[in-house]
Amino acid sequence: MTILTLTRRILLGAGAAVALSLGAPAHAGSHQVVDSIHFLIPGGAGGGWDGTARGTGEALTEAGLVGTASYENMSGGGGGKAIGYLIENAESNHGTLMVNSTPIVIRSLTGVFPQSFRDLTLVAGTIGDYAAIVVPADAEMDSINDLIDAYRADPGGVAIGGGSVPGGMDHLVAAMVMEAAGEDPTGFKYIPYDAGGKAMAGLLSGEIQALSTGFSEAVDLANQGEVKILGVTAPERVDAMPDAPTMMEQGLETEFVNWRGFFAAPGLPEEQLAAYQDAITKMYETEAWEEVRARNGWVNIHNSGDDFRTFLEAQEKQIGDLMKKLGFL
Amino acid sequence: MLEGLLIGLSTALSPINLMMVVGGCLIGTFIGMLPGLGPMSIIAIMIPVAITLGDPTAALILLAGVYYGAIFGGSTSSILLNAPGVAGTVATSFDGYPMAKRGEAGKALTIAAVASFAGGTIGAILLMIFAPALSSVALLFHSAEYFALMVVGLSAIAAFAGTGQVGKALMMTLLGLIMATVGEGALFNMPRFTMGMMDLQSGFSFITLAMAMFALPEAMFLVLKPRRADTPDDKGGDGKITGLRFSRAEGRAILPVIGRQSVQGFFIGVLPGAGATIASFLGYAVERNIASAEEQKEFGKGSVKGLAAPETANNAACTGSFVPLLTLGIPGSGTTAILLGALIALNVTPGPRLMVDAPEVFWAVIVSMYIGNLVLLILNLPLIPYIAKILSIPRAYLIPFILFFTLMGSYIGQNNSTELLILVGFGVCATILRFADYPLAPLLIGFILGRMLEDNFSRSMQLYDGISFVWERPMTLALLVLALLLVLLPSYRAKRARDRQRGVADGD
Repeated sequence: MTILTLTRRILLGAGAAVALSLGAPAHAGSHQVVDSIHFLIPGGAGGGWDGTARGTGEALTEAGLVGTASYENMSGGGGGKAIGYLIENAESNHGTLMVNSTPIVIRSLTGVFPQSFRDLTLVAGTIGDYAAIVVPADAEMDSINDLIDAYRADPGGVAIGGGSVPGGMDHLVAAMVMEAAGEDPTGFKYIPYDAGGKAMAGLLSGEIQALSTGFSEAVDLANQGEVKILGVTAPERVDAMPDAPTMMEQGLETEFVNWRGFFAAPGLPEEQLAAYQDAITKMYETEAWEEVRARNGWVNIHNSGDDFRTFLEAQEKQIGDLMKKLGFL
Repeated sequence: MLEGLLIGLSTALSPINLMMVVGGCLIGTFIGMLPGLGPMSIIAIMIPVAITLGDPTAALILLAGVYYGAIFGGSTSSILLNAPGVAGTVATSFDGYPMAKRGEAGKALTIAAVASFAGGTIGAILLMIFAPALSSVALLFHSAEYFALMVVGLSAIAAFAGTGQVGKALMMTLLGLIMATVGEGALFNMPRFTMGMMDLQSGFSFITLAMAMFALPEAMFLVLKPRRADTPDDKGGDGKITGLRFSRAEGRAILPVIGRQSVQGFFIGVLPGAGATIASFLGYAVERNIASAEEQKEFGKGSVKGLAAPETANNAACTGSFVPLLTLGIPGSGTTAILLGALIALNVTPGPRLMVDAPEVFWAVIVSMYIGNLVLLILNLPLIPYIAKILSIPRAYLIPFILFFTLMGSYIGQNNSTELLILVGFGVCATILRFADYPLAPLLIGFILGRMLEDNFSRSMQLYDGISFVWERPMTLALLVLALLLVLLPSYRAKRARDRQRGVADGD
């Protein structure tokens, strides 16, 4: 590991040197905030974390806010391996930002890995996606309450599917909805699929009656006329699809955001943290970011520093309470 | 339809787009030959390049070229080095590698190229004609049927029963099924059999296991038994590897195989969640079962039919997987999931309205498939003699070469050095098993199908509160009966042949 890190450092150094000598004139008089960022990605190439880190890195360097960006995929342990690495090698990783998302909260609650977000330096939550409950377009249900009525009429005949394991995000959202409606969150049938696409096939084939999924995926399918969105877990209607009603306006107190954001090694010096946060804050104003964001269909949900901590603590409580009721904790 | 085809053709045949497809095929073939990089990762790498092109048609054509190139490149490492880089080409190595060992590497690669071409092209024609109608077929299958389909896929191991190794093949299959249970299942929120090791959290990786079962023992075998008659000798130079063409008789033998498997493979590919792997195993099993007793003996030892069947089927299935992607917006495999991401990034949302809203994209995809296939064939046929020369590298250089690619292949996807320890550990076990004459392919089949088998089974159990789906759903029952027949038929026929003393029993 030491050798690997060493080589990477040298490469990074070389990269930074090249960027300084060649890149500096190009950005002369511009607003570079950080020389270089090394992104640590806790999963393999091609996943959601990977896309977030590379997209953010691309926007930051394009916009000239950061000199160079490098990336390292370190999968294993559902993300736990990268977290452990960042904490153990904190001293030598001040130049590293790790991408993560809602599962870090869920997995530290269930004890998949021993650490939690509290062991890291919180930089910022950058983007997010709401959750949604959808049914096939030709279903007779038009509101989330129709679905709940159908469930009350025939509890065994209404199965809700999702693209995550029991106790994972999609299951939790469905359970939150049931709980908000005054039903037993452990009572309904949750059918897990190993990918969102397969869950969608299950919905359209009639195997399951409703699907708990990400809002952006639901919007794409609703635009194609395949599904109806019964409810979104946003505080108010989302611009991407103003027709989709929120859970709140239908009388269900359900709010949920699947966020993605960045963490740094523990003990990161204040001024360096401030520089990272500054770079990210300025990124939202740039065209480069707007292009990356639109291409990926992300929603800007920016929480920096202490706001990020408050947000994460609230989410941890929301999820933790529910998981206790569901018997996962 | 004709009009659409013409629009597609005129856009796809512009010089720029032709360059894209040629470039894509070349990149795909060369990267695809590396065992660690399957079509999925190569497409993921190429997406930013494609998106910067700005034009959705050009981007799609580039990606289609990369896709087909990667599939063909993957077959190459299966055939030459017994190192299948993706699950879909495992069955290719069953007969492709024995052919290469006999010195017929050139011929094997040609058959693979022709079979892939035919599978892909016939698949594209079927896609063009049936895509709208097939979207409903894709939704006929529930988890119960997928479970039954996986059981049919497992019957491919019957192909190894013919050689008098029934017991050993079954043991290896069970071992594979057991190994598939390691890790955090998709349906259970807890890690199983990980012994607290974080690196086992997501289970064994396919690529590491494939390298450990096939490629590593191969290299070890070359070292430990240096003078075996059936290993390629280390003359260097051209050696025996000259025959690029297959004979007319062989051509006649594989023609019906290609015909059957391109249709069967396509329809399996249409089902989201089945895909190229099942198609290739099923194709192999079916062709072996309907072959004459004489030809059956050749399967597993370098049968041209045994090579053509999975190669046709996996390409046809890849094309078939575009049906749910384009007509329903449902990605049925990892690769189509990545392509869906690319399409959305290009402002094209696949689904029922794609043919209405953006017909030119729909047709461009189909035409780019034809062209991708054709260009691939034209590019690769002349290259085959050079690619096949890998095997005439003297053994002293070839072994380190195989070892290097094996180790790299399992490291590259995960960037995790523990994979290397797992690889070597299993590689040693696999070598011992090979010396004891245990077939390793059934283990890999069990491992690949095990997870899907379990997921679909437990999902059905949950939906039906028990196993009543087995008899309540007619299609499930029919598929399970078919699986039983596929397993029993060979031994019944073998028995009948023995009864008649002479093995002329020609059951079909």
